[in-house]
Amino acid sequence: MTHAAAKYQIHPHNAVFKLLLLSLLIVIFFVLNITIGSVMIPPGEIVRILTGHAATHPAWEGIVLSARLPQALTAMFAGAALGVAGLIMQTLFRNPLAGPSVLGISSGASLGVAVMMLFITMPAGKFISISHVTGNFGVVVAAFAGAFGVLLLIMALAARFRSPATILIIGIMIAYAVTAIVGILQFYSLKEDLQAFVIWGLGSFANVSWQQLAFFIPLLIIGIVLALLMIKPLNALLLGENYARNLGVNTRRISLLAIFTSGLLIAVVTAYCGPIAFLGLAVPHFSRALLRSSDHLLVMPGTLLSGMALALFCNLIARLPGFDGALPINAITSLIGAPVVVWIILRRNQISVS
Amino acid sequence: MRSASLHTSDLSIGYKLSHGAVNLLHQHINLQLYPGEVICLLGPNGSGKSTLIRTLAGFQKPLAGKVFFGNDDLSMITPAQLARRVSVVLTGQVEIANTNVFSMVAYGRTPFTGFMGRLQPEDRAIVHQALEQTGIKNLTNRKFDELSDGEKQKVMIAKSLAQQTPLIFLDEPTAFLDFPARVEILKLLRQAARSAGKAILLSTHDLTLAIRFADSIWMMGKEKPIATGTPEDMVLNGEFGNYFDNPQVTFDRFSGTFTFEAEKIGKVAVAGSGLHRIWLEKALERKGYHVVQETKSDCHISISENQHFVVDFINKKWIAEDISEVLDILKNLDLSSKTKD
Repeated sequence: MTHAAAKYQIHPHNAVFKLLLLSLLIVIFFVLNITIGSVMIPPGEIVRILTGHAATHPAWEGIVLSARLPQALTAMFAGAALGVAGLIMQTLFRNPLAGPSVLGISSGASLGVAVMMLFITMPAGKFISISHVTGNFGVVVAAFAGAFGVLLLIMALAARFRSPATILIIGIMIAYAVTAIVGILQFYSLKEDLQAFVIWGLGSFANVSWQQLAFFIPLLIIGIVLALLMIKPLNALLLGENYARNLGVNTRRISLLAIFTSGLLIAVVTAYCGPIAFLGLAVPHFSRALLRSSDHLLVMPGTLLSGMALALFCNLIARLPGFDGALPINAITSLIGAPVVVWIILRRNQISVS
Repeated sequence: MRSASLHTSDLSIGYKLSHGAVNLLHQHINLQLYPGEVICLLGPNGSGKSTLIRTLAGFQKPLAGKVFFGNDDLSMITPAQLARRVSVVLTGQVEIANTNVFSMVAYGRTPFTGFMGRLQPEDRAIVHQALEQTGIKNLTNRKFDELSDGEKQKVMIAKSLAQQTPLIFLDEPTAFLDFPARVEILKLLRQAARSAGKAILLSTHDLTLAIRFADSIWMMGKEKPIATGTPEDMVLNGEFGNYFDNPQVTFDRFSGTFTFEAEKIGKVAVAGSGLHRIWLEKALERKGYHVVQETKSDCHISISENQHFVVDFINKKWIAEDISEVLDILKNLDLSSKTKD
């Protein structure tokens, strides 16, 4: 199909060229992410550090290797994962507004973290500083538990109700209910804990250590590979569930696999980075508009790459000198993601899943 | 006898409702569909046409009984195998942007392509053949969402042809289409049945075209068993009337169309012949005048040599240039009380 699409629809060189351009952007943004920050480190020194030589300033080594490099990797994979999750959900639910926040999965993660931070923590104010959050594996486990709790609930419902629209509405309702519970928890919690929770809720790519990356990246790669395996059935689903079934797609199995995969990706990212707004919703639209295609064989890699590029770009803005290292990433993703979606709607005069 | 492409055995169709209740639409259905046949599925709204098609296509489970494709039980056929047995064109438009006609038709190759769905040269050849067969080769590079309804329908039929299945089911493929487009679609389907030996089942409300094109008709009614037969036989034995007649509508066995009785407001006699007479009678009937023999009405209309209409009422006479004028003249006459019986 894609050969056809490539040949008759989007001019292959054009699409391949755009994908290459995205890859180049990723490299540029990645380098900038490592180079730019509140501490100025000469490029030559950065090359020395990355190639394993000692830096003139020992502290610079720490900044590059323990802070900037893992942060850039985190942003890259988180962006790719959220975009791919959003794409899968938009196709599955045939809803252009589907995204990580919609199924209640990121709300579930929030609930897990809220319970962890606001109630289970022993001494008051333990989570007062963000660095504590960084170090605490408990937050990750809690977010995971919350996200997967909601995910399992959604999948149980998906197995019972066949209509994706029903699942979508139930997911939105779950999100509301879970958010309400989080609100109640916040009301009864200590000021210091609350602050830590609010900071977690702002999202950040900066809190994933190398040890955590060793889980983060492989888990996301599993999710992304699963997504790549679904390209053909996802294409068929663009025609609607019945047409897909008539084309030989086991729609029930694909629905469950798609919900699991997007859930896994969202749960992992939210657990480590907090709920990241807008990327999951905006990136697939950006990819479709850029490639002028609805064929997942193009749009999926496009989403993967533009997710990486956009997340790196957002992280770069958040860390520009003068912002003192850390604007909340959610502010940036929303400020960039919202105009992207508006631009696409204005340009195509509509918003759709294809 | 030829072996059927599809047959049902004591099939019951309908919906399972909540709390174990069942909405049974039809039961004990025993139907056969043979290669090379076009079957039109007729019936009023709500008679279960879509449900039957959905059940035969495997989209919903039968409440009881079985569907067989050849000798194979539908419930034992995997989705991947089924995709090579039957293709569908469903009611309602597919909404898809950023996709051209070629890619839409190429969707029909999905059951045959590899893991990533890449088209092989023979797949592309089959797609081109389907585009040619449906007469939409000129649309190959057009965007699907920019096509007219009729063109979109042809694309979906081309998709079905590209799927190369022995059976094609179409749920109201001619709804929303104008008359020439309907004829075109039906001709196309008939040709696919004749030339490629496909068995084609389509539901439609278009009785006139069904009579013209169907090899056989399946007639569904509410709370009646499904009647089957050759269209002409069904006209002759009155089945059409039985399934569709309601107080407002009757099936006219002479014209093969439905007529509806307007309230009669008077009697008029018509003399003359040719097209002018035929259409004058149609106009009179439409307005509710009963066309009767000359002796039974005071009002006579004859057609003059120069194709004008001469209206004669008791002792008065008018000349009308066209039917519209005739109707205006009649409107001012009191025909109901003055007519003799």
